Amino acid sequence: MPHRTFFVFIFPSILAMLLFISLPIVSVVVQSLFVQHEAVLVTVENCTPFGCESQTRVDTEAMQKLRAEKPLGQFAGFANYLNRNHLAVDEISAILSDNQGLGDVATRIFNLPFYKALSFTLVYCFLVTPLAMALGFAIALAVNTLPKLLKGPAIFVSLLPMIITPLVGSLILAWMFNPSGILGASLQSLTGDPTLSLRASPMLTWIVLLLYGVWTNGPFSFVVFYAGLQTVPQDTVESARIDGANRWEVTRYVLIPHLAPLATFVALVQLMDNFRVFEPIVGFSAEANATSLSWLVFNDLVGQDSQLFGSAAATSVITIVGVLILLAPVLRRTWADFNRKAV
Amino acid sequence: MKITRTFATGAVSLAALLAATTAFADCGIQGAGSVRILSNDFEALRIVNDVAASCATADVTVTANATAEHKNIQGPALTVEPAEYTVAVVANNSIVPLLNDGLIRPLDDLVAKYGQSLQPNQLIKIDGKVMAIAFMGNGQHTFYRKDILEKAGVAVPTSYEDVLAAAKAIKDAGLMEYPLAASDKPGWDLAAEFVNMYLGTGAEFFAPGSAELAIDNENGRKVLETMRAMTAYMNPDYLTYDANELNKLWDAGSVAIMSQWGSLAGAATDPVKANPEVAANTGFAAAPTIGGGTIPAAALWWDGFTIAKNISDADAEVSFQAMVKGISPETVAANPDAATWLVAGFQPGPTAVGVIGNATGGARAYPMQPYMGLLHTALSTELADFIAGKEEADQALADVKAAYDAAAKEGGFLQ
Repeated sequence: MPHRTFFVFIFPSILAMLLFISLPIVSVVVQSLFVQHEAVLVTVENCTPFGCESQTRVDTEAMQKLRAEKPLGQFAGFANYLNRNHLAVDEISAILSDNQGLGDVATRIFNLPFYKALSFTLVYCFLVTPLAMALGFAIALAVNTLPKLLKGPAIFVSLLPMIITPLVGSLILAWMFNPSGILGASLQSLTGDPTLSLRASPMLTWIVLLLYGVWTNGPFSFVVFYAGLQTVPQDTVESARIDGANRWEVTRYVLIPHLAPLATFVALVQLMDNFRVFEPIVGFSAEANATSLSWLVFNDLVGQDSQLFGSAAATSVITIVGVLILLAPVLRRTWADFNRKAV
Repeated sequence: MKITRTFATGAVSLAALLAATTAFADCGIQGAGSVRILSNDFEALRIVNDVAASCATADVTVTANATAEHKNIQGPALTVEPAEYTVAVVANNSIVPLLNDGLIRPLDDLVAKYGQSLQPNQLIKIDGKVMAIAFMGNGQHTFYRKDILEKAGVAVPTSYEDVLAAAKAIKDAGLMEYPLAASDKPGWDLAAEFVNMYLGTGAEFFAPGSAELAIDNENGRKVLETMRAMTAYMNPDYLTYDANELNKLWDAGSVAIMSQWGSLAGAATDPVKANPEVAANTGFAAAPTIGGGTIPAAALWWDGFTIAKNISDADAEVSFQAMVKGISPETVAANPDAATWLVAGFQPGPTAVGVIGNATGGARAYPMQPYMGLLHTALSTELADFIAGKEEADQALADVKAAYDAAAKEGGFLQ
């Protein structure tokens, strides 16, 4: 394809990417470098139905003047990134310089909101991604051997977790795991422990969230791997069989190598997706025991009385950097493949 | 405020948009213009909106959007010129961002012209200027089960020490395994529990005249200690209960004493929807005192309406008149049980005793400092580990201070 044709062909996509992906990211990065103007406070007499008292309030006119001059607020450099609610650089160095052993260091670091969220985010990412891929692959193999008549319904049922909106799916599971819900009550009677509650302890909460993650992410891997299985050359499979390979050996030495590039793609997408884990935390009301980076952004912006845009922006940028770091090995491999083919 | 989410349960924002009614009632509105109301979504506010909407005429259009998301919408919606809404219905906390950004107008002229039916205590005055008109009060107070307390032989608790003693008596008598409940879900609810109890100690949250946090003291520790002690008598799932969930537990008959919103008292004793056995035995009382204090340990809340600044004077005039009609004594007379109204002629029914008890007992209003929201946010996340039993009170208070300081610096309140 001539370069010119290629460019005309790709131009709308590039424009859309600039407008809807690059510009918002630039704006978030800029936002994260600013804090709000120093508030001009005045003490005034406030009267409500329950009596009068003198309280401070913001001097609106003075603030409007400040904002008109500098709409973005005060430039703060990386202060939003380094403060206690994010990377907590000062706190970390204080902990490292004065502590009572490794356990103490870990406890105190995971007491900081960012690291607490990061720990769950990473655990979720690295456990759910491979487990969901394995589950998806297993389902794909199973469905592939079904008679034609059953394939349609089986595929539909397998896809259900992906069709359900994540928030709704997690709410449904949360209610089922409730001690008076069907799964919660069954577990109590199976274990003979009437006080067992999957939402009460951090450990059990994490396990439930991870199970949910595998459940909801499995179908994506299934769909991709199932499609991949349709492209496996049948003569290769047959010759392997003739050579005396059993089912496991065919899977191990024919199917898996054939699907490996697909697996890279699935891992890429899933890692990215799982790093942004958010809905199950809200759906399971798990905020006490598990938070994620996306949840921190949400908490800064919504549901409270005042919004912290700079803080939310800083967490968002850190999330983007995190995704890039996670994807680096996969991207490098893709790049190497690309170069090899080009040569 | 919170009750929104509590009340709204499922249907939150979907069906909330009421179109301008075609019924031409004569509210005697002078002038012509448009009334556009943004409010929280719970029963009392829907009633007010409906009455205001019935004032629509050929010259006056009225629309209302009742949504639990109102707090997130109001800032941007009132910043544009002309504002998306002419009326924002707010509470103690949600008025603060509007005041901070100067998005609502003083109402003194309008009150003088059209506010004859208002009582002096309905006028919310900031620095001498009327900025909002309150029409209902709210707050968290004690719900108790008459039958259970009677069987356990304990009186209605008036202090948190009594609450704990009563819980022990109920548990020891084998009446209930988990007699207590509170909205301890990390987030807005958990922070509100702390704020309520801390207000009950009589102490201040901030050093006078500054944004410097001042809760790291004996009062703060007493509050945390009480919160922790109560969890011993709560269902192990207590970390997942918000106010909404509490009413379900109550209705299921699995709780004997809890602290719950006055605006949900009506639902707990609803003759149609509530569990009749529980409803018949449900009693309400003012919030308990704490640590030998004398005032109910609960914040007082008011809900009221404000008029946007960035709208034409004509729209402001008709909006004010329509809202005054919406909260008129006639509305209240027709719906006495929907809320604890602050309007002339309101006769408190049985569901209002809790909130009124709080007010007459001298409970304090939820603070209106511009940085209170930041403290609420810090409390909502940093108390989670403490209430889950994973850390001690000193650590929790230090964490709250550190989180608040970082946020207040970003908000420009601390240097």
